[in-house]
Amino acid sequence: MEEELMAKKRPIISTGGRGGAADGKRRSLPMPARYVINALLVFVVLAVGELMVDGGAITRYQTSVLQQVGVYIIMAVSLNIATGYLGQLPLGHAGFMSVGAYGCAIFIMRLSEALGIGARDIVAGGPMVALLVFAGVVFGGICAAVAGVIIGIPALRLKGDYLAIITLAFAEIIRVVMLNIDDVLGFELTRGAAGLTGIPSYSNFLNVFLAVAIVCFLVHTMMKSRHGRSILAIRDNEIAAEATGVNTTYYKTLAFVVSAFFAGVAGGLYAGCVGVLQPANFGFMQSIEILVMVVLGGMGSMLGSVLSATVLTILPEALRAFSDYRMIAYAVVLILVMIFRPQGLLGSYDFSLSRVIERVMNRDFPWKKDKGADSGASVEEVSADGR
Amino acid sequence: MDGVALIVSQVLNGLQLGSIYALVALGYTMVYGIILLLNFAHGDIIMAGAYILWIILAQLGLNPVIAMLLAVLGCTLLGVLIDKVAYAPLRNAPRLSVLITAIGVSYFLENGAQLVFGADAKVVPSFAPVSSIQVGGLSLSFVALVTVLVTAASTIVLTFLVQKTKLGKAMRAVSEDMGAARLMGVNVNNTITFTFAVGSALAGIGAVLYVMAYPQATPTMGMMLGTKAFVAAVLGGIGSIPGAVVGAMLVGFAEVFVSAIGLSVWRDAVVFLLLIVVLIVRPTGIFGRTMSEKV
Repeated sequence: MEEELMAKKRPIISTGGRGGAADGKRRSLPMPARYVINALLVFVVLAVGELMVDGGAITRYQTSVLQQVGVYIIMAVSLNIATGYLGQLPLGHAGFMSVGAYGCAIFIMRLSEALGIGARDIVAGGPMVALLVFAGVVFGGICAAVAGVIIGIPALRLKGDYLAIITLAFAEIIRVVMLNIDDVLGFELTRGAAGLTGIPSYSNFLNVFLAVAIVCFLVHTMMKSRHGRSILAIRDNEIAAEATGVNTTYYKTLAFVVSAFFAGVAGGLYAGCVGVLQPANFGFMQSIEILVMVVLGGMGSMLGSVLSATVLTILPEALRAFSDYRMIAYAVVLILVMIFRPQGLLGSYDFSLSRVIERVMNRDFPWKKDKGADSGASVEEVSADGR
Repeated sequence: MDGVALIVSQVLNGLQLGSIYALVALGYTMVYGIILLLNFAHGDIIMAGAYILWIILAQLGLNPVIAMLLAVLGCTLLGVLIDKVAYAPLRNAPRLSVLITAIGVSYFLENGAQLVFGADAKVVPSFAPVSSIQVGGLSLSFVALVTVLVTAASTIVLTFLVQKTKLGKAMRAVSEDMGAARLMGVNVNNTITFTFAVGSALAGIGAVLYVMAYPQATPTMGMMLGTKAFVAAVLGGIGSIPGAVVGAMLVGFAEVFVSAIGLSVWRDAVVFLLLIVVLIVRPTGIFGRTMSEKV
């Protein structure tokens, strides 16, 4: 039953371009160089973005939309761990987001009060504030991870649809608890339906997208490690994985908790973006929207999650004028994609800059492959043309 | 006497709520039993039924009997239409795709209703002939009694349909093994469509009874009702007809009890907690069949 849940069982993380020149002479990038190139790229993107925000090329409104994009990228990438890589279907991801959001917001509000840092200082920045925000976001992530352990251990005993239902139930319970916890405890923590207001706007373009880069990096490296391979093995066939010595309970819980942790991180940043938290914002529909991002992009494709989270966050803002028809169009697109491309728009394709560079180094271009791969003479001919 | 009256009315409330959940849960359970699909759009069929009632009663002012019949008919047709348009092309697709499609359909219905009718609640004029009946000094809610009786009758008819008729046999065969059923000459596609029709008709009856008790229609009314009914179906063991009824009654009574002791804000949490406890103790629900996994 569960095996049917995922259609394609192609390897998610490509082992590198296996295109044309496979004759031993193939040049490849050493690992440190790959890291340096990617780190440089991230740095350049962040620097350019920050300059544009500072210089006013991106308006305030656009910056706030961009921050939301960053938050939803992290949400989609984190849900992708549990859905695309582990092959389960949690329907309560917004629950973890809300735990992280409340945890981080309350942590930062209480601690900044205790340390005497005002809301203006937080916006102004500085090393102390950076440390505080970092600690707060990590705290939010840890809160969500703890919730993930509590939910994951019973939930992961179940399979398929039952797991989906039990995570849905847990998320709803989290929402009701957030709504009513103050009445029980007798002091102000989440402030119930009125909402937690006055959260300092500690999220900005730089720290949100820095977090996006770090999360993507961590998820990517985890999935390439032996832990990641164990998780993929469980997705492809749980019984076979167990038979080959994978501790399935441990790795299922691990993937689930890591997924919850990053959702908490995203929630913490979200709290700093919007400034007001209400339990109603983290209902079932929120979980579904994040799931839709993952599924539309292609389960198991990080690039797919990033792109669809970006598009699906910007699109509603761009289509404000047609807001009445927006959600209907959304639903129709969802149904059509599922009917005509059930594996998601990108399937399990993932982009790798290093692979592109290697291809360029080896002059192994996709448009050359059909002509050049089999006969050496034509390869020389084409590359001579290239010069 | 007051205490007795209170207890009787609360029990009746529990039965009423449980009955409505049961009608919706039966639809969930039948569809899941046959194609293993969690039909997220099922709750929204109830919403559609409520709007049909509103159009006929408040806009056209026709006879309530006609309104009720048309609401059930409309829900049935809508269910069949959804199956034909959205689910039938995906008969052989992975189950997750069908599930996402169901979510898409649910989105579509909710937002479509919001676009057509607006986000505000539409008040449906009351169409119950009397509000309460006196039985031995106790005043019982008429709507609650009707709800319980109609649900009991529907469940009996449904059980008869599934157990004794040829179509019911086909349904059971398809849910047992789709491939083998096809080889035995069962028209699988029609059987699935028929299942959707029956499930949606039950949802239509549920819509009529729900609107009788809570006379308004909103675009998102189906969501929470659907989720609770779905919880009930899972609680009882999804795929089992008596399970759906028992689960629904449990959910209904739990809600009424929690509200009665003054903790109504925790109502939803208690329902979901009940689900979690049952699933942990019995992973396939109270009446669920345990399936062993073949390697």
